Amino acid sequence: MSTATATHHQDDHHAEHPTGIMRWLTTTNHKDIGTMYLTFSLIMFLLGGLLILAVRAELFQPGMQVMQPEFFNQLIGVHALIMIFAALMPAATGFANWMLPLQLGAPDMALPRLNNWGFWLLPPAAILLLAPFVLALLGIGDGAVATGWTFYAPLSVQGGIGTDFAIFSVHLLGISSVMGSINVLVTIFNMRAPGMTLMKMPIFAWGWMITAFLLIATIPVLAGGVTMLLTDRHFGTHFFDAAGGGDPILFQHLFWFFGHPEVYIVLLPVWGLIPHILTTFSRKPTYGYKAQVYSFWAIGILSVVVWAHHFFTVGLPTPALLYFMYSTMSISLPLAVLFFCWIATMWRGSMTFETPMLFTVGWIILFGIGGLTGLVLADVAADAQYHHSYFVVAHFHYTLFAGGIMGIMAGVYYWLPKMTGHMYNEKLGKLHFWLTTIAFNVTFIPQFFLGLAGMPRRIPDYALQFSEFNMISTVGAFVLGLSQLIFVYNVIRTVRGGEKATDKVWESSVGLEWTLPSPPPYHSFSEQPVIK
Amino acid sequence: MTTQTHEGHYFVPNPSIYPVILSTSLLLLAGGFIFNINGHDAGKWSMLVGFLGILYVLFGWFGKVIGESEGGMYKKWEDRSFRIGMIVFIASEVAFFAAFFGALFYMRVISVPELGGFDSEFTPYPGYAGDWPTAGPGGATVHGAYTPANFTPMGAWGIPAINTLILLTSGVTVTWAHWGLLKNNRKQLIAGLAMTVALGVAFLCLQAYEYHHAYQELGLTLGSGAYGATFFMLTGFHGFHVTLGTIMLIVILLRSIKGHFKSDHHFGFEGVAWYWHFVDVVWLLLFVLVYWL
Repeated sequence: MSTATATHHQDDHHAEHPTGIMRWLTTTNHKDIGTMYLTFSLIMFLLGGLLILAVRAELFQPGMQVMQPEFFNQLIGVHALIMIFAALMPAATGFANWMLPLQLGAPDMALPRLNNWGFWLLPPAAILLLAPFVLALLGIGDGAVATGWTFYAPLSVQGGIGTDFAIFSVHLLGISSVMGSINVLVTIFNMRAPGMTLMKMPIFAWGWMITAFLLIATIPVLAGGVTMLLTDRHFGTHFFDAAGGGDPILFQHLFWFFGHPEVYIVLLPVWGLIPHILTTFSRKPTYGYKAQVYSFWAIGILSVVVWAHHFFTVGLPTPALLYFMYSTMSISLPLAVLFFCWIATMWRGSMTFETPMLFTVGWIILFGIGGLTGLVLADVAADAQYHHSYFVVAHFHYTLFAGGIMGIMAGVYYWLPKMTGHMYNEKLGKLHFWLTTIAFNVTFIPQFFLGLAGMPRRIPDYALQFSEFNMISTVGAFVLGLSQLIFVYNVIRTVRGGEKATDKVWESSVGLEWTLPSPPPYHSFSEQPVIK
Repeated sequence: MTTQTHEGHYFVPNPSIYPVILSTSLLLLAGGFIFNINGHDAGKWSMLVGFLGILYVLFGWFGKVIGESEGGMYKKWEDRSFRIGMIVFIASEVAFFAAFFGALFYMRVISVPELGGFDSEFTPYPGYAGDWPTAGPGGATVHGAYTPANFTPMGAWGIPAINTLILLTSGVTVTWAHWGLLKNNRKQLIAGLAMTVALGVAFLCLQAYEYHHAYQELGLTLGSGAYGATFFMLTGFHGFHVTLGTIMLIVILLRSIKGHFKSDHHFGFEGVAWYWHFVDVVWLLLFVLVYWL
């Protein structure tokens, strides 16, 4: 995107920092904080996966075998909360911490202490979310939040102590996200190298800018919604109680005003990093940089005005249904522009398929399926059939696992050599990609058909005719889960050693981060480069 | 946004222990509170430790920032970061209040009229008209006990109108203090801030009296259905923000008395002033939408 003319690698003084655990507790260094975010994300990703494998084990056969239905409900809700708030979002924030200062030519994130706080809010939030499982074993309460991640009233008003824990967990996660967003926005607006105008920024920074705007606009609304839930539960208010003039559907409005943009909060950083990978491995400039930036804006703005398509079936008035249907479908226009740009970047490129590129191409196809099935659900008439069925589950795993996690993994393989100074094992990377892609489809394609045939989500038992597809799906899920161990092994191996990576790492990588050594010095760009 | 050329190095602070203590304290505060509201009284000790931890961090962290600021570590570049950061933070606060204004709008315009508009043969609440203000068709339930929905809504033209005047005046006094700072007139700065603090405290006292009046004489409580919930949550969170703003103003006042701030270097003052104006604007919305209409 831009060319550096100034000198770099100038900063050879290795700043003193505490060693051992204190280094990580007190750090104000964006690379350290990025590493903590990414590590936390990986641990929580494995934990969230473990929870859902227990669910898939229960669903292997009809009838109840492995667990009680109440526990099943808890696993489903905590799986979703962990994967979204503790795996996907921290991974994107980890990349932002590591890469934004390097890509923008900044000495660090703009507000380093706040940055540290943003990360260290996450472990307490995870503790709050998971503590009820342990407390239940000690005889306190009846386990974790059992409402699903959506906290729908009146179920959530009636739930046990686990719901309160989840409410405060969401509060801490929300504060963390707001602090992270403040930091990202200030960094983008104030820390760019001289000469780097906004329209010369790497597109990853654009993706994160829109994500941060969305977080600032929507996370506080979720905080307000769960606060009302808390007061309804314990302090006698009637926000979600018709007897007091309230309405349970009010909660759905508040939740999905946050919940729908949340999808784009997770996806926009990925849409930002994908063009970098495509342009590197197609050896061509990014096609339609401006078109992509404008599409980000269009999707960001549209995403906050379409929320009610998540509850078409609650009895909204017809004009509202029509409005939310058409506005939702209109998101596919800027999204189609993005798909066009991604494909056009590859068009007639001199392509090679290293692991990041494999993940990216697979990502485009699978995320495309996620987008198209979303279009089906956006149709009010069709949604009456598919709502709350396994079709929805399959759809949002194509957007959030394929569109989110696989994109993040592409980013990990792409940037890990820069971060660690070592090349990952290409064979293991490719094996990981193929196993993940195949197992993912084996897991979720059957769920489309289960949903079409009428199997409802979030129910631990099912009718006999759904047995075969559920078995296939469970087998796929276990292979998918186990193949992530290859990823973990590969990452640990790369961190610990291996073939040295060059500064540029890839043959045709473009951008300021590739002008630094691999790994970059502890403090980089203390003197900012000048961009022509 | 045009590009700027930066002079010198950006200030990257040394490692700091405060964020971790703050997070741990929040965990203890939240965890203790959860136990408390679920009938485990021991939670209050966890809350106490958490609260003390937060106090420690507030004094330590802000003390360090003030020290760095007065020590000349922050130049124009860092100053700009703080400004953008504060603007974004206030934007997130706007979104938080928007959730509660949204709930008020939803109940007044959608759910309450709908509850009153059901076919009389099928409604569980026959005879309910759906007018505003309302405690809802079912009456008020406080601590599990049913009480009929008798309450008097809060009038706009008594204490709330006086409070509006107080806050508007405080917006003027804080701006007057700012002019003093810009002209290097320290007396005007300190007098302006002192008046602003006094007005903030007066507002809070009147608000406390109003709550007392509502609970004791009007029968208006947090449990008074849609009206009570939105009234107390909106004015309550606003009052909480006024409390924070007043504490911030007191800190700025003490710093001014100690001789901090220069006419061209006073983000701390401006950040607090912005926050105060934000709280002011929220009150105007409250006055019109909650008290008046």
